[in-house]
Amino acid sequence: MSAPAIHRSAAGMYRTTDGLGRWPYRGQVAAVGIGHSPTMRRWDGEAQTSIGAWCILAIRKAIADAGVSPAEVDGLVFDPETSTGSYWPADQPVPADFRAAFVPASDPLDGLAQLSPEWLLKNMPELTNVKFVMLASHCMSMAVAATVEAVGRGLTNVCVAVKGWHNFAGRYYQSGPNALPTVSGPGKHTPQSWAGPTCYGTAMQFERYLHKYGGSHDMMAPFVVNSRANGLLFPEGYFAQHRDTPITAEDYLTTRWIAKPANLLDNDMPIHAAAAYVFTTADRARDLKQPPVYVLGHAGGGTVQGDSYGPIPPRSCVETLEEAQANAASTARHVYEAAGVSASDIQFENCYDGFSLFHVFWIEGFGFAGVKEGECLDFFQTDISINGPNPVSPSGGNIGSGRTRFWGWTDTIQQLQGRAGARQLKIDAHCGLVGAFMPIWSNFAVLSKDPG
Amino acid sequence: MPKQSPVPDDLDRPFYDAANEDRLVLQYCAADDRWQYPPRPACAQCGSADDLSWRQAQGRGTIYSYAVVYDTPIASLRSDQPFNCAVIELDQCRDIKFMSHLPGTPAGQVSIGAPVQVVFLRTPATGQKVPEWQIAQS
Repeated sequence: MSAPAIHRSAAGMYRTTDGLGRWPYRGQVAAVGIGHSPTMRRWDGEAQTSIGAWCILAIRKAIADAGVSPAEVDGLVFDPETSTGSYWPADQPVPADFRAAFVPASDPLDGLAQLSPEWLLKNMPELTNVKFVMLASHCMSMAVAATVEAVGRGLTNVCVAVKGWHNFAGRYYQSGPNALPTVSGPGKHTPQSWAGPTCYGTAMQFERYLHKYGGSHDMMAPFVVNSRANGLLFPEGYFAQHRDTPITAEDYLTTRWIAKPANLLDNDMPIHAAAAYVFTTADRARDLKQPPVYVLGHAGGGTVQGDSYGPIPPRSCVETLEEAQANAASTARHVYEAAGVSASDIQFENCYDGFSLFHVFWIEGFGFAGVKEGECLDFFQTDISINGPNPVSPSGGNIGSGRTRFWGWTDTIQQLQGRAGARQLKIDAHCGLVGAFMPIWSNFAVLSKDPG
Repeated sequence: MPKQSPVPDDLDRPFYDAANEDRLVLQYCAADDRWQYPPRPACAQCGSADDLSWRQAQGRGTIYSYAVVYDTPIASLRSDQPFNCAVIELDQCRDIKFMSHLPGTPAGQVSIGAPVQVVFLRTPATGQKVPEWQIAQS
């Protein structure tokens, strides 16, 4: 096998501005395979449950699910960062059994606390034909957007998008700079040093939202309860595997605050898990094992500068509600323009919910189910379940299935393939919306049963 | 309330030096007639540093929004939990926002839209002062 071309940035693959028109590869790229590792709350220290091992497992399962041969896979897109926030301690040696279990790469932390093309390819000798490797950042949505764009452009024919998240023992964010009596860097002007919890920004925006439009935090309960209920029907998810108990509205209303109006259940729980998807051309997809799910278009919101794909910077020290709403709305505009559809064509949504509260901004930004600015909390009081006319987050999302940012992709593909099992929607859904993560920085896609 | 002491750097030293003199100064781009905070190497709108200078700003604003923090990972803040963490909108330029713990306002008893005025409070570790915001006396 000749060495693959390694593209260390995916920034050139993203569609983040107005006026780009319809995606030129609309309906020409399809999802055909899904693979998941099991889940754990935290890594148990075993070599075969390391995040590298689980990424390999997810890739192998996705390839088998698609029914392609490993030698057909010619593309690989993934995020080399795997941290949920925890890092391998600098003074802790790499475990001997991990070193013994895998072919090492130049960086000893590869496979343990990060990924590299070198490590993955050395430890997956069956991938004999990979010619295209691209490194995306932050989440599966960034990897999938780059993957489908690469397949569309003909840079790869059968491409696997992979995302792994490791979660080590201990509470993180408590040490390092947060433990110091002084603060340096740009965080001294922002909530990073003035508040602390990562949900602060969204909580502050949500308080402003309640001030502008009325309503209360209690009105989020149906969304959070529904998310956990959906998560318990998702065999791949953390809660279905490890904590098979629903939550009630009372549970939600009585749980402790983190940054009021965000409580513990508004925050997603970090877990250890990996997933992979196989995408290929619509032509190749026709005679594979699973029904193809077509990509009608992808787009996002962010700032592309050369090789960097970063967030949309706020005007001042914190993103305001109005900026979040504008960012969500412009992302929706890009996505609908790319896919050549409108909000009324979308029958279910799997928008990101890493903090439950900003799911409101995505639903309103995309106008899902006709919901307009300021109306989402009332919408949550209607039937948003998998049995209703407007299914919200049937995957359960991060809130219902654990912090991965990839459940929505699995669910959307499965729903459109008709193999979502107990979560299968009662409506005959042809078109779904999926993506992540926050309004400042995202990639979304419209997926469909039909190529166009 | 106790908080981390900011360590000034080359970019924001004028802001913190002025705070130690109980003055609020912000970057201002004369070419764009535009205030800017937090400090940046160049104007975020025109990209030039040529017309960027430090100007004294009026220390009046309103409470834009807030959250009450119950579980912070920042050691310096933990002893005062729960505490208010508000975003202040500067009257002079509503696009400019500041963080504040709203000294004198009990946790959770915050009114969005309430007028506030700047005060400069010393932080414990280094004595560096920072702008804080209190409910304005009518």
